[in-house]
Amino acid sequence: MTDPRQAAAAGASEVAAAAAAESHPRIVAALIRVTADWTLAEDCAQDALMLAVQRWPDDGVPANPAGWLLTVARNRAIDVLRRASVERRKLRELAVLALTDPDPAGSSSAGAGTAPEEVVDDRLRLIFTCCHPALSLEARVALTLRTICAVPTADIARAFLVSESTMTRRLTRAKAKIEQAGIPYRVPRGTALAERLPGVLAVLYLLFTQGYNADGEPAFADEAIRLARLLERLMPDQSEVSALLALFLLQHSRRDARRGTGGRLLTLDKQDRSRWDHAAIADGLAILARIQSEGPAAGPYALQARIAACHASAAAPADTDWPEIARCYDELARIQPTPVVELNRAVAHGYAYGPTAGLALLAQARVGGALDDYPHTLAAEADLTARNGDRERAAELFRRAAVVAHSEPERRALLDRADEIA
Amino acid sequence: MKYLMFVCTDPEPDTDKENEPDIDEWVAKHDASGRRLQGMVLAPKSSATTVRVRNGKLLVSDGPFAETKEVIVGFDLLECADLDEAIEVARAHPMARGGRLEIRPLADFEQ
Repeated sequence: MTDPRQAAAAGASEVAAAAAAESHPRIVAALIRVTADWTLAEDCAQDALMLAVQRWPDDGVPANPAGWLLTVARNRAIDVLRRASVERRKLRELAVLALTDPDPAGSSSAGAGTAPEEVVDDRLRLIFTCCHPALSLEARVALTLRTICAVPTADIARAFLVSESTMTRRLTRAKAKIEQAGIPYRVPRGTALAERLPGVLAVLYLLFTQGYNADGEPAFADEAIRLARLLERLMPDQSEVSALLALFLLQHSRRDARRGTGGRLLTLDKQDRSRWDHAAIADGLAILARIQSEGPAAGPYALQARIAACHASAAAPADTDWPEIARCYDELARIQPTPVVELNRAVAHGYAYGPTAGLALLAQARVGGALDDYPHTLAAEADLTARNGDRERAAELFRRAAVVAHSEPERRALLDRADEIA
Repeated sequence: MKYLMFVCTDPEPDTDKENEPDIDEWVAKHDASGRRLQGMVLAPKSSATTVRVRNGKLLVSDGPFAETKEVIVGFDLLECADLDEAIEVARAHPMARGGRLEIRPLADFEQ
């Protein structure tokens, strides 16, 4: 028999954990806005959570957990600031005193008499600050995970293959830079927004791939989707934000079908399509349809989402609309002419217009050497060669690709292809 | 906040010569707005002298302390609300294209 008090306690800590995950970024963001002190904000939010875990099992969960956490964190910040005597801290204390839980439901943070500037969601400011280009890309990703997603430092460290103390130092340095260099806590407007938004989306994309990669941290993909949803809600008129969310949903829909026996990675044509997450696909397709109804949907993420949609909406591999995928890659290669885009473009043309067309584009993409020793280049050449009829050379190319594979599941998948053909 | 903006050369300047900003206009505009407190152009790096004292001994040598391809050729002291404002001031400077600019806040000992 379970002790009812223990069960209540367990229930209360679960509620505390859920409330914290939901409200943590908002509390940290609100405290940073009024104190401009990242460490103070995070420490106080953390203290409030600890108190909740201690108290709620006995006292019961308050009616408005987020409001309770904000009040405790705010009072804690006032205590700390009162002990400091410097004039500037006194000014901050006044600002914190004025901070009340604006809207526990979170639909809008505007109160009566709030300046228009403050209508902007605090979390949105926090995202733009964490993703400021004056911080290194890895600092941006780590800071976003820690401050906005409240992922423990140890988990971030593991994903970046560094020790926890190294990651702690990296985060401390990034926060110090924000304070010392005067990185503003603000969502840029007008042309500045257009310049900065791609950088924010790049951080989210990196976060997603970090989670979706064969040897990645799967929880990061969920965090990236959650953040993309939040951004989409906060910036509904930015079509690339919606496109990124659609792309995430469509790619992530395949997460349960990507692995075969022994953890081998399966290519799209070998996946059991009934195991794709069809609710996520419907969600992604609906978002994409809405973007396309409003404009040309020709930004880099819109094009990638359109490509993902072609795969996701094909009932069988043979039903895939390869000419549309090839068109999207043509467009993508025009605005984002990276070697990897050129490689994928060659593959798409190979399926749309035959292996000879694909091999010709692949040869073109390889000029410059950036794709040499890249496993996907060799795998693509192998696949096109096999479809062109030269099975022996194709098997040899798959084996060479396996030698330079980035992960064990990838390596085994490539060796499987070699065996199949030979 | 006060920022010192180092004006440096760069081995790979921008090749786009369209709408190049004018340095006199830049100075006049930012002096008027109060964002540029002062600024100087330095004599060539061949005129630099490095001074050190080690174990009480004076060491004087010719040239800048670091031999790099990028050379500091001048500086401006800026007064800006935050880094984004300083970046906006810097991007309009002709040397943002012809070289590179490094923006460093002055240390704030009050904090």
